[in-house]
Amino acid sequence: MKEGFARQFRVATVWLDGCSGCHMSLLDMDERLMALADKITLVYSPLVDAKEFPDEVDVTIVEGAVATDEDLAKIRKIRAHSKVIVSLGDCAVTGNISAMRNPIGLAAVTVRSYGDNLPADNLPVLLETVLPVHQVVPVEVFVPGCPPSADTIHHTLVELLAGRQPQLNELTRFGA
Amino acid sequence: MKSRKGLKLTIDGQPVSAPQGATLLEAAEAAVIPIPKLCHLSGLSDVGACRLCLVEIQGNPKLQPACMVNVREEMVVVTNSERLARYRRMILELLFAERNHFCAVCVSNGHCELQALAQSLGMDHVRFPYRNPHLELDASHSRFAIDHNRCILCTRCVRVCGEIEGAHTKGILGRGTTSLIITDLAQPWGEATTCTSCGKCVQVCPTGALFEKGRAAAEMIKSPDFITNLLEQRGPSEARTEVERP
Repeated sequence: MKEGFARQFRVATVWLDGCSGCHMSLLDMDERLMALADKITLVYSPLVDAKEFPDEVDVTIVEGAVATDEDLAKIRKIRAHSKVIVSLGDCAVTGNISAMRNPIGLAAVTVRSYGDNLPADNLPVLLETVLPVHQVVPVEVFVPGCPPSADTIHHTLVELLAGRQPQLNELTRFGA
Repeated sequence: MKSRKGLKLTIDGQPVSAPQGATLLEAAEAAVIPIPKLCHLSGLSDVGACRLCLVEIQGNPKLQPACMVNVREEMVVVTNSERLARYRRMILELLFAERNHFCAVCVSNGHCELQALAQSLGMDHVRFPYRNPHLELDASHSRFAIDHNRCILCTRCVRVCGEIEGAHTKGILGRGTTSLIITDLAQPWGEATTCTSCGKCVQVCPTGALFEKGRAAAEMIKSPDFITNLLEQRGPSEARTEVERP
């Protein structure tokens, strides 16, 4: 990261157990996205077509907590192929809304939601406890907020592009 | 305030004068040196529960809570060091990990002392496993409710109820992380006969644990400073003067 990224900066975004609000906030950067597009290749994202997570990614922005066996497999693969992981938003950073089921217990929550009709075969298996991303794999950058503002996300990306660790205290907080 | 002999000490390299019997926290605040705190509230007794006001005192290898230490002549105190910042972040992380804090949907979002401290002290994630305890919400009172998920056990509510309102409704049950704020003999708040429904406990609560019913997310704005005004109105005979500590 020291020389900055002279070549195109390879960015991925991932949507785990979250509401997509953080991705909406990312799109809220509006025209600043155009300036970023000159420096960034979006190699994997809910917003693009790629189906497989690429081998080499400079920065992966993760929205959402780890809540299923599928999330678990995804985030481990992401970690193996990403230089920097950004936990974007409170669900990724703390568990937040996704983790509100933790104190109630998985069994009670699924019975309340599905009764006896919990689909068994074709859905990812819910983990007993929803976890923030950094409690599964190491994370380099934490961006609290529900969702973090477009300004916060823009600042984060600009700083990472310049090879610096973003300082976000003044810009965002839990629940922002 | 009674005129008392001034003591001279040094806080963060700054010469400070404070009356005998004052705590380090009071002396620092009078000199506009901010020290993070959660359980302290001006007008209430101090209990040293939250440990956020830990400071370094020259000659003492242990960190001391500034709210529990009286000023002494020639004392040299550091309120802000890398070591203190590290411990304070850790204390905040433990508070967040201990119960269930969901800032985004909390009545006190944007007006919470715990949330504000996390931001100002740079605590942007919790390194400890969350405990996810199963805790109840008591909404049996006609106007107020308590959500134990958001309680940090600072005991401000217990102290304001006893020391300012004189009702002694609020108390603590149990020990350690399983402690609970209770009303009377651990009956539902709505059935607590000693409660005057004054709402002081709600106003002093630093988080969204105590709140007025009918408030949605981020709508609960509190005014804990009423105590200072109240004590001024009551005059010196009734005012709780600072206790002289040995």
